[in-house]
Amino acid sequence: MRILETEHLTREFGGVIAVNDVDFHVEKGLVTGLIGPNGAGKTTLFNQITGVDKPTSGRIIFDGRDITGLPAWKISRLGIARTFQNIRLYKELTVVENVMMGLHFKVGSDPFRHRFQQAVKSYIFASRENREVYRRAMEWLSFFEMEEHAQDFAGSLPYGKQRELEIARALAAEPKLLFLDEPAAGMNPSETAHLMQVVAKIRQLGVTVVLIEHDMKLVMNICDSITVLNFGVKIAEGTPNEIKHDKGVIEAYLGREEEDE
Amino acid sequence: MSTLTLYMQYIVNGLTLGAIYSLIALGYTMVYGILKFINFAHGDILMVGAFIGLLVYTALTGDAAPGAWTLSAFFIAMLVSMIACAILGMLIERIAYKPLRNANRLAPLLSAIGVSFILSNGAAWIFGTQSRRFPYPFENDPIHIGSITITPHQIVVIVVSVAMMLLLTFFVNRTRMGKAMRATSLDQSTSQLMGINVNRVISLTFAIGSALAAVGGILAAFDFRVYPSMGTMTGLKAFVAAVIGGIGNIQGAMIGGVLLGILEAVGAPLLHIPNGMKDTVAFAVLIIVLLVKPDGILGKNEREKV
Amino acid sequence: MLNFFQLILIYAGIYALMAIGQNCITGYTGMLSLCHAGFFCIGSYATAIMCKTFGLSFWLSLPVAAIATGLVGLLIGIPTLRLKGDYLCIATLGLGEIIRNIATNVNPVGYNSIPRASLFGYQFASRNKLAFIVLIWVFVLIFYILFQQLAHSRIGRAMIAVREDEVAAQSNGINVTKYKISSFVLGAAMGGIAGCMQTAYTLTVQPGSYTFMVSVMVLCTVVLGGMGNGKAVILGAFIIQFISYLPQLTGLTNVIPAQAKQMIYGLLLVVMMLWRPQGILGRDRFRYGDPRTRREKIAAFFRREGRNAEGGAV
Repeated sequence: MRILETEHLTREFGGVIAVNDVDFHVEKGLVTGLIGPNGAGKTTLFNQITGVDKPTSGRIIFDGRDITGLPAWKISRLGIARTFQNIRLYKELTVVENVMMGLHFKVGSDPFRHRFQQAVKSYIFASRENREVYRRAMEWLSFFEMEEHAQDFAGSLPYGKQRELEIARALAAEPKLLFLDEPAAGMNPSETAHLMQVVAKIRQLGVTVVLIEHDMKLVMNICDSITVLNFGVKIAEGTPNEIKHDKGVIEAYLGREEEDE
Repeated sequence: MSTLTLYMQYIVNGLTLGAIYSLIALGYTMVYGILKFINFAHGDILMVGAFIGLLVYTALTGDAAPGAWTLSAFFIAMLVSMIACAILGMLIERIAYKPLRNANRLAPLLSAIGVSFILSNGAAWIFGTQSRRFPYPFENDPIHIGSITITPHQIVVIVVSVAMMLLLTFFVNRTRMGKAMRATSLDQSTSQLMGINVNRVISLTFAIGSALAAVGGILAAFDFRVYPSMGTMTGLKAFVAAVIGGIGNIQGAMIGGVLLGILEAVGAPLLHIPNGMKDTVAFAVLIIVLLVKPDGILGKNEREKV
Repeated sequence: MLNFFQLILIYAGIYALMAIGQNCITGYTGMLSLCHAGFFCIGSYATAIMCKTFGLSFWLSLPVAAIATGLVGLLIGIPTLRLKGDYLCIATLGLGEIIRNIATNVNPVGYNSIPRASLFGYQFASRNKLAFIVLIWVFVLIFYILFQQLAHSRIGRAMIAVREDEVAAQSNGINVTKYKISSFVLGAAMGGIAGCMQTAYTLTVQPGSYTFMVSVMVLCTVVLGGMGNGKAVILGAFIIQFISYLPQLTGLTNVIPAQAKQMIYGLLLVVMMLWRPQGILGRDRFRYGDPRTRREKIAAFFRREGRNAEGGAV
């Protein structure tokens, strides 16, 4: 079953077509990789789907619902969470507070109650609500084996931990679909190995994962399906094995003749 | 006088006003282009420029009757004021903004508000709060062209402004330093790698912006008189002009200034706005522009990289 | 001398009320707004009109002032808060000037001999400063507690997320615009309440007293104490008022020029940014995860602070 589908998705930036007529789809419960050379439009595609930016044309269907053009906060409430290529943690807040932000609409937000009534309730019973949010945030930290860092400032964590914290914050919202934008960028081999375990664990939770990654070993190891973009166009999709032997992909990565990547 | 000529007259007045706004707007836009920061103290620099200009001019001429000597004294005063303000602008940047270049985004703004407050109150302390007239360095008998009246001071304002803008355009487009400036505004770290001394470029930007503000301040002094808080509203309007043109864009600031000047001169009588509320027009224009086209007329669409 | 100390206490209270609002806008949500003078002005005028023209009591005009100011904040906030931070600062500066401009043009003389506030038959006369000190500081205490509760609730956390990173906040399901506007409206309403208190104290309203300096003083108060820290803001209000009355306290009114204090405020902003941008007390040291209930925390607070308990110094 497809949890996410884009139809003819296009994004232009003043004449430059960053994403060109892309039909991208994600199967529920699998780990999908999105690869392509630098500037292929991977992050732009992520930004369209998560509502950070609006597509020029095309549609995005998530879980049977058209989410094209919805604001980012609404999309994340529907069950799409993400991390960012250039880590966007709340650096001056503590680790546990970061995860608590991820729980923003999980605790103290009831879709069947009027918003104002909800706000008043959250305000009056803040203390009780805080304890609940804190408890759940700590559960997520223990899932990531980061409890001992709970009261450290997020900005003071080592790089690899910051990446994991960002994943923890995204996961705290219990999304159906999780987008990871270059999760292994800048990680050393042991951190990357740990990340692979983390992704496997997330998958066991039943969360569908889409990740952009340049580390081919990681992609080939953990992805069930891979989509390749080049110059904003989808040039291939299939299992890791199929992608490995796809002529177009090899060309895109290695160039035709003396061009070197 | 027919309505048409009446409005022609308003447009002439608006052009004069707009030329001044353009000169001041250039400083806002140049600094924003490079540092992505609104130099809040810019309005007060124009006030300092006007005061220095006035002091030098009166010291040179005394009670001399308008003539060739007063006119040259006027330009000498302008030059002195430009140099003084350029130095002041560079000093402010070095002391109050440079250490904050990597701080959180509120820090330089707050610092700039502080500088602005020090300048305007310092001036009030030294010169007193009363407003002074800037004497005309030439006979200011109105000239009639058809049914439109134009005063020599309006001509001087327009000529000086256009000359300054041409000079700036030449500098930015034709010289090595101007090229470095444009490169820095596109990408600071890359420019640094290409061997551009970014600190020097930033200093220079402040110097040029402040020198132009000094000219703007002196020209504005004819119309608005000279007083310590003259920079606040004039500076605010010039900022509006920079936003209309597209902040960060040099041609935009010129066009925006002229447009705002005309809007203000024509809009107030057209909408029967009392004189005391004229400043409201500029503010309303700002809000409308920011809502309808926040990037301004010539601004490029800037977005945060995610 | 005593007289000036009492004045400092009164005005520190009024500025603390405004600074609580500014702190909500700037300290928590990270928006640089520069029109607290405007909100202060609206609150004062609303109170004056309510009390004098419509003959309402002070206690009824207080919520009217707060709501009126909040509404103006909402009207201004909806267009301007969608803008990037730097634009907001200029737009609000313009707004503050425009409000004063309108006030001056519509009613250049202001209002005089506004009826006094009274409580259970007791009339608050300007002469009796002690009564005002108590009245104002009771309000400061109430709003301090209300805003601390806000800061440490889900709503406050969302505001802080907006301050730290708008894009990340959105991806956490936080409706950034909603929180910006709410915070702005709440902050504005505090300006209105402060204006109301000021009117009740001076019983006159003049358009000339709502200059840009007021906005800068309020901003200074927040920056000095520490942005995003409720206690610090109140400390800041004391320091700012102390500076303001320094010439009178030292008896050097003839020596110290009138502009000196303004220059000190300006200098304070620059110096604080250069050397201690987090303010004197720094960030709020609130830590989530304290397993104690609220009652236990309050009990612990009084056990610890019992020795130096004092009404004003919260």
